[in-house]
Amino acid sequence: MGKVGKIARRTFLLGAAAVAGGVAFGVYKVRTPYENPLKDGLADGAATFNPWVIIDSEKVTLIGPHGDKGQGVAHVQAALIAEELDIELDQVETSFGKPDKAYWNRALSADGVPFRSTDTSFAAEATRSVMSGVAKLLGLQITGGSSAVPDSFVKLREAGAVARETLKLAASNVSGVPVAQLTTAHGAVQLPDGTELKYTELAAEAATLEPVMDIKLRDPSEWRMLGKPMQRLDMIAKSTGTQEYGIDVEVEGAVHATVVCNPRKGGALTNYDASAAKEMRGVKAIVEVTGGVAVVADNTWRAIQAAQAIDFEWGPAPYPAEQDGHWEAVARSFNDDQLDKQWRDEGDADATIAQEGTAIEVEYRVPYVAHQPLEPMNATVLVEDDKVTVWTGHQIPVMLQQQVAVITGHDPEQVDLVNRYMGGSFGHRLEFEQVKLAAEVANQMRGTPVKLTYSREEDFAHDFTRHIGMARAKGAVKNGKVVAADLQIAMPSVVVSQMGRVGLNIPGPDTQIAAGAWDVPYTLDNYRMRAYRVPELAPVSSWRSVGASAGGFFFDCMLDELIHEAGADPLEERIRLMGNPVARKVLEAVGEMSGWGSPLAAGKGRGVAFVESFGVPTAEVIEVTSTEEGIKIDKVWVAADVGRVLDPVNFENLVQGGVVFALGHAINSEITYSDGMAEQANYWDAEGMRMYQCPEIFVKGLENAPKIRGIGEPPVPPAAPALANAIFAATGQRIRELPLYHHIDFV
Amino acid sequence: MQLIVDGQKHEVDVEDDMPLLWVLRDELNIKGVKYGCGVAACGACTVHIDGVAVRSCQTPVADVDGEVTTIEGLGQPGALHAVQEAWVEHQVAQCGYCQSGQIMQAASLLSDIPNPSDADIDDAMSGNLCRCGTYPRIRAAVKTAAAKLQEV
Repeated sequence: MGKVGKIARRTFLLGAAAVAGGVAFGVYKVRTPYENPLKDGLADGAATFNPWVIIDSEKVTLIGPHGDKGQGVAHVQAALIAEELDIELDQVETSFGKPDKAYWNRALSADGVPFRSTDTSFAAEATRSVMSGVAKLLGLQITGGSSAVPDSFVKLREAGAVARETLKLAASNVSGVPVAQLTTAHGAVQLPDGTELKYTELAAEAATLEPVMDIKLRDPSEWRMLGKPMQRLDMIAKSTGTQEYGIDVEVEGAVHATVVCNPRKGGALTNYDASAAKEMRGVKAIVEVTGGVAVVADNTWRAIQAAQAIDFEWGPAPYPAEQDGHWEAVARSFNDDQLDKQWRDEGDADATIAQEGTAIEVEYRVPYVAHQPLEPMNATVLVEDDKVTVWTGHQIPVMLQQQVAVITGHDPEQVDLVNRYMGGSFGHRLEFEQVKLAAEVANQMRGTPVKLTYSREEDFAHDFTRHIGMARAKGAVKNGKVVAADLQIAMPSVVVSQMGRVGLNIPGPDTQIAAGAWDVPYTLDNYRMRAYRVPELAPVSSWRSVGASAGGFFFDCMLDELIHEAGADPLEERIRLMGNPVARKVLEAVGEMSGWGSPLAAGKGRGVAFVESFGVPTAEVIEVTSTEEGIKIDKVWVAADVGRVLDPVNFENLVQGGVVFALGHAINSEITYSDGMAEQANYWDAEGMRMYQCPEIFVKGLENAPKIRGIGEPPVPPAAPALANAIFAATGQRIRELPLYHHIDFV
Repeated sequence: MQLIVDGQKHEVDVEDDMPLLWVLRDELNIKGVKYGCGVAACGACTVHIDGVAVRSCQTPVADVDGEVTTIEGLGQPGALHAVQEAWVEHQVAQCGYCQSGQIMQAASLLSDIPNPSDADIDDAMSGNLCRCGTYPRIRAAVKTAAAKLQEV
């Protein structure tokens, strides 16, 4: 790899550290656009205008390179293009396209910088620009970080507009009518005399033209689809069992495989006896893979049964065998040597607390939590001499090519991914393990497609969980106000663990240890926030909302305790402290929606929490009832500001879902280790929320923020602290540790 | 052994204890039925046997003593069942992976209790896990489906 690549690798996702390296790769490289991958093998008479639109005489195909994990991004990508292209969504085909660097994500890395989302200073913007350049050089096609809409919002509308204007030029060439007299609607160019020239009829002429780049995007007031309730394209398929997921892929001649790897993650396979398994019906082969064994059979169930019949001897885990050892490592990390960064130091927290007295001095904990998407990890891989094909749902296609190529010895470009709809992810499908294991098996059976499916138990055993963390908080109050807070957070670095698995060595402070706590838009007179890095423990990864799911819990619970000590109203004091006007409106909106301050019946309590994550200020109010059998969650109100809501229906669904996901984990889900293995093996052990527990959830999307943002993750972080604060309001019991069911029952 | 699935007769040569789920998915290629947990903890594999919802992952194929209906037999994209229509109208799905099971469970509920209360919905639907958290929409869609079925 050349110098540019090395620098880019070293500096990826680093923020300030990247500025130094950024100078070296030069402006030219960054500005050079990638080739349009749709030109590869383009049929005669087919036109492509950019990497997102291809039209032939039969059909219009829109490429949406972000993977769909359920967040509806397949629909919204198509809608962004179609809005400007003047075509209806029932007139197009959609595709996730091929892995390609042309689909690099313009939003994610720019948001990973250590600047507040509202910071538009030169340093902040310069760093964002550099990080964007790094992402482009890496060709980082990635779905994650609630970035699909911010990445796509302008570029996909431009893609549609360029295609439209080029088709108009083609129509002008064909008809002799000047472009200025042409209009477009319903997938056709319309001539002044009413004649319609379908885009498909114009494809051959358009194919001879250079794309028309002189375009102007429509004002939102002119939108036909965007901003209004849309009917998602995948609803009928997902209501009839006809949506194909990775696990449903049928490839001619495929065999069915499953895998059992050392449940002490990363530990060795020391010995195994598969003599009984080999004799079982349908078993075709038993092959070793990294850290375990795969069984290949003629049916998934037979493979799983045979895998269970193997006797294994496993090596030890490369991390503490018992959960207590993990907590001890975290607790030991609050020291100067392990200070990752002091992120905030406004006023003088120490002096203020010394002067006013210590109102609270408390400790919080959040556990390891698993992603547990309902579609178990799977991948189908066919290795041939000059080509590898992978069928699965994945969030980082270009990196997937690289990971597979290392195993099979191909060039990354020889690895094709047929990306599928995903049966959930919550971050799990950012990981490569299932694909690498399928590739290892398929590489030992070249020419035979291998469909690898994890059992649910294997999926639980090998989830790359969210990091654990602890916080130590103290603060002071005076005259009914919160006047000082000192928050210390210790966690392992998710970025080091996750990026380390793909060979990237990431130096510098990790924003995710402090997320949700350092970037709070409150203006406390005295606030110090220090992040400590715990040495690597069990492997960890991005779990829906990543660091903010922990840091938001720590910060907001701390603030709620301080407000209580001050004797102030939880919502009013948050509003008083809120420095950012957009965020303040979010708090005011949730107060209004929830009837904050109105009298509550005996046994009921309300809690409020506010967390900004991925640039989205989000406030939630939860109302609970304390019953004899336990806590009942009655209602939840959510206000969030994403700048612009593209589809109010999907927005509401995603917010409700984020709340349910977060509350389920807050109530009852964690991963703990014993003998080096996860103690939770299936959904019985980490249930999440069920229908009978699900509250009514009311949602409001505000549009005051200057930049458009994604809503996939931001509803998650405020839910757990809002619930803990509501339980306190209803019962007087402060719970400072998740999951809450260790301390209180739920009905 | 013989099975009737979605109105069609099938002859399958499998072990007696193979769960119906895997016979449907891997032997008969009916992929609308989903594998989620294998231990009846999630409900993604729910099908009907003679109209009653069962977890196909915990039903040995030899124990199947009636006609099996899967999501693919309940209705099709061009001919939706009332429950599926309600699911589309309310845009229930996110990832959609659990929804085959949710819909089959809801259809079974509505044939037992045509006008279910919230408590009835809680009782019937709480065995079906949705990791995306679409429960508010599921509840609304069950009520809409109930109304649709009563109009018929």
